[in-house]
This record gives sequence, C-alpha cells and structure tokens, in this order.
Amino acid sequence: MSRHVVCRVEELPPGERKIIEVGGRTIGVFNVDGTYYALLNRCPHRAAPLCKGPITGLVGSPEQYKFEFCRDGEILRCPWHGWEFDVTNGRSVFNPHRVRAKSYEVTVESPDGDGYGATRTIGPDDDDPTIETFPVSIEQEVVVLHLGQSRPATRPTANVEAASTPGGI
Amino acid sequence: MQQSTGALAPRGMDLGQAVIDTDIHVNVPSENALFPYLNDHWREYLRYSAFRLPTDTAYPKNAPTSALPTTTPENGTAGSSLDLVRSQVLDAWNVEVGILNCSYAAESLHNPDTGAAMSAAVNDWLVAEWLDKEPRLRASIVVPSRVPELAAKEVDRVGGHPGFVQVYLPVVSEAPYGHRRYWPIFEAAARHDLVVSLQFGGAPGNPPTGAGWPSYYIEEYAGMSQVFMSQILNLVVEGGFDHFPNLRMAMIEGGWTWLPSLMWRIDKDWKGLRREVPWNTQTPSDYIRQRMRFSLQPLDASPDPKHMRMLIDQIGSDDVLMFSTDYPHWQFDRPEDAVPAGLSDAQRRKILSENARAFYRL
Repeated sequence: MSRHVVCRVEELPPGERKIIEVGGRTIGVFNVDGTYYALLNRCPHRAAPLCKGPITGLVGSPEQYKFEFCRDGEILRCPWHGWEFDVTNGRSVFNPHRVRAKSYEVTVESPDGDGYGATRTIGPDDDDPTIETFPVSIEQEVVVLHLGQSRPATRPTANVEAASTPGGI
Repeated sequence: MQQSTGALAPRGMDLGQAVIDTDIHVNVPSENALFPYLNDHWREYLRYSAFRLPTDTAYPKNAPTSALPTTTPENGTAGSSLDLVRSQVLDAWNVEVGILNCSYAAESLHNPDTGAAMSAAVNDWLVAEWLDKEPRLRASIVVPSRVPELAAKEVDRVGGHPGFVQVYLPVVSEAPYGHRRYWPIFEAAARHDLVVSLQFGGAPGNPPTGAGWPSYYIEEYAGMSQVFMSQILNLVVEGGFDHFPNLRMAMIEGGWTWLPSLMWRIDKDWKGLRREVPWNTQTPSDYIRQRMRFSLQPLDASPDPKHMRMLIDQIGSDDVLMFSTDYPHWQFDRPEDAVPAGLSDAQRRKILSENARAFYRL
C-alpha cells in the first residue's frame, strides 16, 4: 500500500475533480460535498477516460412517468457511452454488483501528519518579553490517496476490469 | 368451396404427449353469423348500410399462406368450421387445450360504437358457437382496441367467462401499446388475470411498416416481425411491466428467431440511456424472458437442429416458446416440421405444453 498526496484541500473544492497520475495509472479524485473519493480513470467497459465524464445526479423514478433527480454530484457518466457510475463507490448504476470502476480510499490528513501536511507554530524562539509575539499557524490539510488497498466496504471482489458484461457497445 | 388436394391436407401427428395449441385461427364466416348476437339497432344498421365485415388485409382469401388446402368448409371461410377444427387440429394433434384467435379487425372500424358492438357480438359468437360446444377450446377476447376505454369495458363484460384466457390486440396499432392511453386495457386484463396478446396483422389505418406502405403483400406478410419488435421495445421501456406487476404478454404469430439480436441491442443501449426511462428496474431483456411468451409458428429458421438449439440458448430461457399450429395458415408442410428438431426432452415438453399451461394458468 502506498500513500500519495494529491493536493491541499483548498485546491479541490466541492463539486470538483482532479485527475492525477500515480505509478503509471491515472486516477480521478472527487470532492463530493466535502467528502473525497477516487476512481481509476478507466471505464470497465472499453477503458475510456471515465473520470473526464460529466458529474451529474441519479435519475430515479418512484413510479411510471415520474422522474426524481437525486444525489446530485454523485454520479459520473462515462464520456464515451454514457454508462453511469456511483462516484462514492465505483458501482455502475445499471449493474452495481457486476460492473464497477475501481475505487480507492482517500483521506484528508490533518495537521501533525507525517510532514507534508503539518502545522508549525512560527515565531521567535527567544523569550524576549519586550517583543510582543503572537502564535501563528499554517494549517495545510491535504488530500491523500491510498493505493493498493481497495475500499473494503464497497469492493468485496477483485478485478473490476474483467467484470464488463457481454454485449458491450 | 371444398378444395381437394389430397397429400397436402393438414395432417397432425402424435408428438408423444397431449399438446397445448396457442394459435388456432377462427373466422366469422359472414356478417349474418353475428346477427343473433347484435341488438335491433345494429342489425338494422348492418342491413341498410354497405358495411359487411371489417377489412383486414393480413390474410387475403386466396393467398396460399392464408389457408391450408381443405381447411375451407363448404359454406364459409377457412377457420370457420368447428367440425374441421376438431378433426384437423384438436384430434389430429392430440390437443389438450387449443386457444382460438379471431382476427376480426375491430380496430379497422372507425366508428367506435360500431367497433364495440361488433366486438361484443364476436365474443358472444365465440362463446355460443365454439367455447360452449367444445371443452378443449379457449379463446382470446376481441376488443375495439382503437378506443381503450371501450376495449376495457368489453374485457370486463366477458372476462369472467372461464373460456377467455387472453385479450386480442392486433400488432399493427394506431400507437405503440406501451403508451399510457392503453392502460385501461391492461387494467381490465389485470382485473380478470388475463394474458394480453399481440397478434399478426391489424388494420388501424397505419402502414404495417415504419418505412411506410409496402407495395406488395409479400412485404407485409414477411415483414410483420418488425412490428412485433417495435411493440416489444415500446412495451418494455414505457414501464408497463413495472406498473402492472402481473402483466403477461403473448406474441402470437410474429416469429421469435429474431429475439436474440433484439435483446442484445436493447440491453446494450439501455446501459447508456437508462436515465431516460428510470422506471425500468431490470435489464430490458429480462422483462421479455420473464413476462412475454411467443407462439412457435412461424418458425423462421435454419433446418439445422444445431442452429435451433443455439437460438434458444441465445434467448437465454427455455420458457418463452409455446407450441402452435397457426391453423389454418400454411407455415409447415410436414407435421414433423411443426416443432424444431434437436431439442432436449425437457425443452420439448416445455414447448409442447408446460410453458403455455403455466402462462395461461390452464
């Protein structure tokens, strides 16, 4: 398992995504209402750059001819054939148990992490009482992507790339 | 006119078990036959108007495909004689239950009340002249499908009769049957636990192809499967199977060997277009496998048993096909050709009777 700092949190505001290259893979990191998710930038159908697709919501239906637009910002549509995926877990909407995009764990690391994201109190070291000092801190929360570990709650089985259903476009 | 052609007379055969024939065509021999089932007003209307019988071009009288030799009785049209149906179908094929389909073409009547009155007369004629006389027979309810509310009323009027097992809708329609305007018919069918069937032909005034009016009968006859495909697509995506959880639909005389490609195509496209029809809760082809059944004839396929097995395998279900003779239409020369060769014993039993028995709850 490896750990990759994606960016500072303010560089990835809600509703936005960042596509990064890590270890030969491109991965999309998404901020959905303050929670971060990551998907492999590769549609399980035909390997399209999935993470470049439109971010939208889920069109549901409580009954025939009634539309319900919900989960705005949580659904990613593949730019090629329009297959829809749940950003929060990589599952496809049409066949969530068999067709999934690979997803990764993302954390936000607080100050006092292991160096990159850190809080330092800066000011003079000496205690000269004639100089009025104020504690100042720079908080650098960062978004961290964890590779090599599937998000356990959402991906009980391996190898999504092979899970494409027959009859693909 | 009794034709005499000897060798080509319809023959049945012993298929090793009693069968359920899901498609026996029955025809009203003349407008006079319906007089006893019409009230004074409609009798007078028929007497003094030019109207005789509805016009349906689906089965031209002299086309060889319309009637097997010797199926036309002395008086009347092919499929209008109970005696011939008994000897040429029920006895000849060891039919346990035979379902009568009368393509009366009530939809061709643009006067909605005429359509309703004539449909009711046909149904009463079916009860009196066929169902009450022959316990092996069941029938489809003829309805004025042009006006769904009147069609539903007719289903409610006769739907309680145990001889009626389904509603007859001609596959060529004014608008695809999944449209919500047809809901009254599906609601009525649900009230009486009836199958809704789409059947070859129909004369609503629309051309029988999406490309417009064909020039020749052979186009209309051979091309009818495209109308079935359009209807099936519409029925699935409009969500009728989601909205009516007990809805079962039979596709009669439309063929079925085109099913695999239709299923592949709609499943494929649905993955990207699903949000347009979000009420569909399962893969489109699953609605077809679970909720639709297909009469066996016409069997448009390679004579190679290997290909037939492959087709059924591609459909992905042994449950969708139901034996039919399509009497008196001419779909096969030798009785041996009525059922595809090379099926397993279990597949054969399902096709010959089990699928229809379960579907029609016979």
